[in-house]
Amino acid sequence: MSETAMTAGASLQVDAPGMMTTLQDGGRQGQGHLGVPPSGALDTMSLALANALVGNAPDTGALEITLLGPTLVMKGGDCAVAVAGDAEVLHNDCRVAPFCSLWLREGDVLTVRRVASGARAYLAVAGGFVAAPFLGSVATLARAGIGGFAGRPLAAGDQLGLATPGGGEASVGRRGEQHLPQREKRAIRVVPGPQAGHFSRAKQARFFSAEWTISTLADRMGYRLTGPALASAGGHNIVSDALLTGSVQVPGDGQPIIAMNDRGTTGGYPKIATVIRADLARLGQMKPGDRLRFEAVDVAHAETLWRGRQEAFQAYLDRLTG
Amino acid sequence: MTLNASIGDVAQNTPPGPDTPAFTIVPLADQGVLVDCGETIDVETNRWIDAAARAVTAAQLSGVTGIVPTYRSLAVEYDSRAMTQAELIATLETLLGGLKVTQRRYRRFHIPVVYGGEFGVDFNDLCRHHALTSEELIALHTAPEYRVFMIGFMPGFAYLGGLNDRLHTSRRETPRTWTPAGSVSIGGQQTAVSSVEAPSGWHLLGRTPLRTFDAGREPPILIEAGDSICFEAIDGDGFHALQAERDWLPRWEWRT
Repeated sequence: MSETAMTAGASLQVDAPGMMTTLQDGGRQGQGHLGVPPSGALDTMSLALANALVGNAPDTGALEITLLGPTLVMKGGDCAVAVAGDAEVLHNDCRVAPFCSLWLREGDVLTVRRVASGARAYLAVAGGFVAAPFLGSVATLARAGIGGFAGRPLAAGDQLGLATPGGGEASVGRRGEQHLPQREKRAIRVVPGPQAGHFSRAKQARFFSAEWTISTLADRMGYRLTGPALASAGGHNIVSDALLTGSVQVPGDGQPIIAMNDRGTTGGYPKIATVIRADLARLGQMKPGDRLRFEAVDVAHAETLWRGRQEAFQAYLDRLTG
Repeated sequence: MTLNASIGDVAQNTPPGPDTPAFTIVPLADQGVLVDCGETIDVETNRWIDAAARAVTAAQLSGVTGIVPTYRSLAVEYDSRAMTQAELIATLETLLGGLKVTQRRYRRFHIPVVYGGEFGVDFNDLCRHHALTSEELIALHTAPEYRVFMIGFMPGFAYLGGLNDRLHTSRRETPRTWTPAGSVSIGGQQTAVSSVEAPSGWHLLGRTPLRTFDAGREPPILIEAGDSICFEAIDGDGFHALQAERDWLPRWEWRT
């Protein structure tokens, strides 16, 4: 261990916060009955990979960086860090590769300049950050002011405490594959329903044939899409029922909204389809201006894709950390 | 793959038992299933949903990762690595097919609201739309004891059943991207108390100084599904006085 391993109060100081950087983990699961959405990383695969690179459990809280990243200065100790994502990373002004665990010494500056492809990158520190869990998770839900650092995105001057100063030395130099969900260029797969029947056959067909553009109204709560109007035959009010991450609601203007992790837990617009689990991480890497199509699959196929992908990914993480 | 019945609303129909309304179980992709009693807001259905939620929680099914009970449906989330959707549906049909609904006690909250002006920017439009005076609209909205049919959308956001027919108002075509915490609003046949700042497609009638969600309070979520709410009209001064009072909570009593 380094000399500073036992130093209390080691932290990353935020010199610049980036566009929208929040602490996210695997999310606040199973709290929907309280109206509390899961939040958590939009791309859980990249989160798990960043964590694995510094020896953390896959769902440990890490910084979710949106398009333009933060500048962080190591204070009061040393620590291993890693960035997963297609990010331009500078270590003391030298370009370093993402997907690689590196050692930050006291006074070192780490900058994630931008995310080159996709929307997000994840920065993990060995041992994780100091943050108080709320309902079992440190994930930031800024709208409700919960989780993360003071319930909000990073701001200049924040001191992000490290839970295990000096941690992760054994992981330094560990290199992962350039695992980028956004490289998979194919339709976003959905299962129709639960209210597809509110839309005429023609509207349902158009939902699948159209190319949709993610509008500038796209954030952690939801992505509004623009394309042909899909007004619902049964009107755009239903008696509110549950929303999941990936529920595709269609409000009265006929422009779909895909619910994301900071979504409401319920909604009152008919849902034409629901995105399958295996495609959620890829969806989480999309940004305003990106185009997408939808493709229908059945439930059994979706389950096969999810189990297969998770098993393969877990096996990869085990090899990486083994 | 086949689309067969999957375009449209697929359903396994279950015949109603003595206490059990007709429900269908439809997929929410491979993330969950929706036990759905249809487009209805009524107390009996909602009591059954409440009982169904309690039954699913008590059963501690391996692979079930969460539930979302609403006015008329119960979403059950699962992870297919532990249980397939076909297995989940079969289990739920057995568990919920002959469910007994029992009476349980609940709390009645008295919640102060300032109607109109800057506190409810859609209040005047609603008066015009329904051809009501301000006094009539406030009287219609404060008269009922509303059942809390669900907590949803955002932490602690309370959806209420029992809105007078004359106040039913279709939601806005385009949702607002921001509405204040504590908004009392109308959307379709529903009225609600919001808990945090959030986008909304509902019409804003007024605001309460009550925070139904406060992460620093124990419990953080004050009102639960099955409780009830009566609104009491106050003025802006009353609002600011209550807002300034530390740890203020509304008065409430047990009911059966």
